Amino acid sequence: MRKLFDEQLKELNIEMIKMAGQVETAIAGAAEALIKNDITLAKQVMGGDEIVDDMEKKIEHLCLKLLLQQQPVATDLRRVSTALKMTTDLERIGDQAVDIAELTLKIGKTDNVHIPQMAKAVIRMVTDSINAYVNSDEKLANDVMAEDERVDELFVKIRDELIEMAADSREKGKQVGEQAIDLLMVAKYLERIGDHAVNIAEWVIFSVTGVHKNAKII
Amino acid sequence: MPETKISVSGLDLYYSEFHALKNVNIDIAPNEITAFIGPSGCGKSTLLKSLNRMNDLVEGCRITGNVTLDGVDIYKDMEITYLRKNVGMVFQKPNPFPMSIYDNIAYGPRTHGIRRKSDLDDIVEESLKKASIWNEVSDRLKRSALGLSGGQQQRLCIARALAVKPEVILMDEPTSALDPISTMKIEELCCEIKDSYTIVIVTHNMQQATRISDKTAFFLHGEIVEFDETEKLFSTPSDKRTEDYITGRFG
Repeated sequence: MRKLFDEQLKELNIEMIKMAGQVETAIAGAAEALIKNDITLAKQVMGGDEIVDDMEKKIEHLCLKLLLQQQPVATDLRRVSTALKMTTDLERIGDQAVDIAELTLKIGKTDNVHIPQMAKAVIRMVTDSINAYVNSDEKLANDVMAEDERVDELFVKIRDELIEMAADSREKGKQVGEQAIDLLMVAKYLERIGDHAVNIAEWVIFSVTGVHKNAKII
Repeated sequence: MPETKISVSGLDLYYSEFHALKNVNIDIAPNEITAFIGPSGCGKSTLLKSLNRMNDLVEGCRITGNVTLDGVDIYKDMEITYLRKNVGMVFQKPNPFPMSIYDNIAYGPRTHGIRRKSDLDDIVEESLKKASIWNEVSDRLKRSALGLSGGQQQRLCIARALAVKPEVILMDEPTSALDPISTMKIEELCCEIKDSYTIVIVTHNMQQATRISDKTAFFLHGEIVEFDETEKLFSTPSDKRTEDYITGRFG
């Protein structure tokens, strides 16, 4: 029974894992490039965006093909629609990793200690959200959503530090002000990546329970 | 409007030794389409037939429990002619009578004593219009119904069922022998007329159940495993057996 269908679902799962892996590598690379001021790595991250975009297209194709050929219901329907929604968030995360890499080229060396912490936290959120999808793990998805609060707190902390830094720019020069603003953008991108991980977690919960953000959408 | 049109409670049905329906309980709401799904031999058609006593003449058939229509027990307290007038049936294979299109539709009303030609004309036109086939046959009402296509014959049979002004229409896989266009016409027809009727449909086509029915009952081995809003049953079924069946893991 349903051999072809199961094979297609398996293929979708593999592609989702691959795309997630690519995106995780991109954020980790962007964060490392920033922390170590590694221009080569930053450019490598920027070059990887096309791969993520292609992966998104492939997953969309697989999902639409599944809907067309198998007309999935129940768990299958929730799983395919979740993949279709998740891939959009993964692609956005990939874009934001590239945005961070681009800023890295301008920022130069930084000794802000909270940005690496924030990067580490959001990478973990993305990884966990994907693992939650792969294993249909509702608890892990809930953990991801809880973790977002910590990331938001870190963002506020970093913002305060950068305001101080910008204030110092009158004495230390315009460059310091520019760096503060660019770092604030990095922090904002990281915060947005956290939000996308939360989106993914919310779709995982839908996939498991049929409930999305406390609403029964089907 | 009562909440329940047909109520089945504690229904057991045996074909000789075979226990075909086991303690079936279901309330069918008025002006809704209720779909019965399940693998072959699960009892869904048997229950459908029990709703207008089509099993009475089956040799060795024994029924216990209750089926009520508007609160009246159809096996104990209702004339069978009254029951059949109010609960019409459309079968899997279109079965027009070997007579004209007009006479097919007028047959039931005539049986119920309507003789005046103008009344019959009105009923024939109204029924054919409701069944979305008037435009295709209005200029050949006196021709044989057997000359119609399969899809037209099935809509004619629906029109024939509607002609006696029933309250409930039972449909046993009404589109399984039809092409996609005819199927779509019958599905649309069901949705159009449900405001005036209560429709119960047995179907092997699960997409059809999701498209047209308000509620769905899943049958297995003579029991109703799950009965719920159609969207709920096909998106987040409560019972693993329902999930396994609708996703094609068995059956």
